[in-house]
Amino acid sequence: MRELTCVVCPIGCRLAAKGKSDKLTVTGNRCPRGQAYAAEEIRAPKRVLTATCALGPAGSEGLAGACSDQDEAIRSRLRRKGMCEPRRLPVKSSRACPKERLNEMLTDLYAVRVKPPVKLGDIILADWKGTGIDILAARTYT
Amino acid sequence: MKELRYDAVVIGAGAAGMAAALEIEAAGFSCAIVEREDQLGGILMQCVHNGFGLHEFEEELTGPEFAERFADKVATSRIAIYLGTTVVSISVQNGTSGQIAAGRGSYKELVCVSPDYGVLRLSCRAVVLAMGCRERNRGNVRIPGARPAGIFTAGLAQRLVNIEGYIPGKEVVVIGSGDIGLIMARRMSWIGCKVKAVVEIMPYPSGLTRNIVQCLHDFGIPLHLSCRTTNIFGRDRVEGIEVTPMKNGALMPEKAFRIDCDTVLLSVGLVPENELSKEAGVELNATTNGPIVDSTLMTNVDGVFACGNVLHVHDLVDWVAEESRLAGRRAAEWLKGERPAVQLRVKAGSNVRYANPGRLDPKRDNKIYLRSLVVKNDALVELKADNRLVRQIKKGHVQPSEMITLSVGPREMEGLGPDSVLELSIV
Repeated sequence: MRELTCVVCPIGCRLAAKGKSDKLTVTGNRCPRGQAYAAEEIRAPKRVLTATCALGPAGSEGLAGACSDQDEAIRSRLRRKGMCEPRRLPVKSSRACPKERLNEMLTDLYAVRVKPPVKLGDIILADWKGTGIDILAARTYT
Repeated sequence: MKELRYDAVVIGAGAAGMAAALEIEAAGFSCAIVEREDQLGGILMQCVHNGFGLHEFEEELTGPEFAERFADKVATSRIAIYLGTTVVSISVQNGTSGQIAAGRGSYKELVCVSPDYGVLRLSCRAVVLAMGCRERNRGNVRIPGARPAGIFTAGLAQRLVNIEGYIPGKEVVVIGSGDIGLIMARRMSWIGCKVKAVVEIMPYPSGLTRNIVQCLHDFGIPLHLSCRTTNIFGRDRVEGIEVTPMKNGALMPEKAFRIDCDTVLLSVGLVPENELSKEAGVELNATTNGPIVDSTLMTNVDGVFACGNVLHVHDLVDWVAEESRLAGRRAAEWLKGERPAVQLRVKAGSNVRYANPGRLDPKRDNKIYLRSLVVKNDALVELKADNRLVRQIKKGHVQPSEMITLSVGPREMEGLGPDSVLELSIV
């Protein structure tokens, strides 16, 4: 038997899962989502990874698909060139990644330096290690 | 000195300020946002974790993604944006200011400073306060001990790590189990630090259970409940802390233990940032530390509205956006001269810490935000009008860290006079 806390919604039901992963009985859940959560958590726990990559300085090696000159007028309204330029770019995995591979993914991410301009949704790492998971930029920075 | 005039000025360009300004502009009024940072988005820009927008956009976004959805709309609107600009005072001026305040006896004057404009004077009829909140620090919770380097509030560490690219230390203890502290415990682990423990003074964690699981259990970080930090050691840099367990509120010094660390992060609560509001004569609520507002989210100062974390600390940005849109719409109505004829008083009853807003308009649908004082399963939220039960809502689970929202419409308030009182309680 394994005891788990469901993280699907803020209630956080205390679950008790019995049996093998193909014949799992879950008790303590207030809704069916608890059953599904427990099954995945026992078979193959996954988490969406959110992290940051090094950002800048600006250069000619900006990502494909980044902002065009037309966007620049609008972008300039969003940000003032000030004293403290952000030096990290927030990124996230396109979907949940197996928990045991998160550290490996982080190591690869921390080796990346993104040169602006970069647009929200730009692919920073495509199909990471053949898993089908992309790492995407989570903000625009020009 | 540059002088400019707008129908409304919004202070702060976080989720609250942007949502309110967009509504004011959509109603056809001229509007400006004043923001002291160099970018739009406010605190969302450093909240790179996900979980934002489940109600607002029905998808799970990171903070910067959530902010960008609003920022894109603001950037393509006619809203004037003053970045890197700090409001230093708000004052109510009698008389009229040129074309402003036609038909009204007063206007507001905001004095702002910025590297781009120097001193800037903005005149307007309506002001929306959307300055957010700030973190309580060591002085606020009186943690004794030495004063070495290495003690940060969790939000400051979050900014250093997620925006500025600095790692504040190697071995970390988090004091307080608020959500920011939990999120930072995970972030510090992910950037290669060792998080030794989270220390919480209450017998239960103050953050959401899902964050305890995702941010502590996933990394094997111990959570010490009912424990007070009774000393901080170190001369130049933090070397450790002393933790003393408590029983029934009393310290048990014989059970005190030491945790070695070089960094302490404090996640011990948030306080609405209302220095400007107070100076403008806005009355504050002692429980929320935010302005006292009526059903239109207007403060006691005519034409000054408040929304988001400056009004009361929210736990979901989705509710901030919702509340702030309402503030923006009501500010636009005020600019048109529309005011509710009657407003009924709302009172926090048993097990309710507070309910916002403090008054309801019996002619329309009102959204109420309330906080429970207790942790309870299968609770009932009861609404009584003049001691008569008019509504009962079942809640599977209530806890202080989770805001409860409910709508109250004309049906529930039918037949009530101007002196009627609505009371909310949790049983």
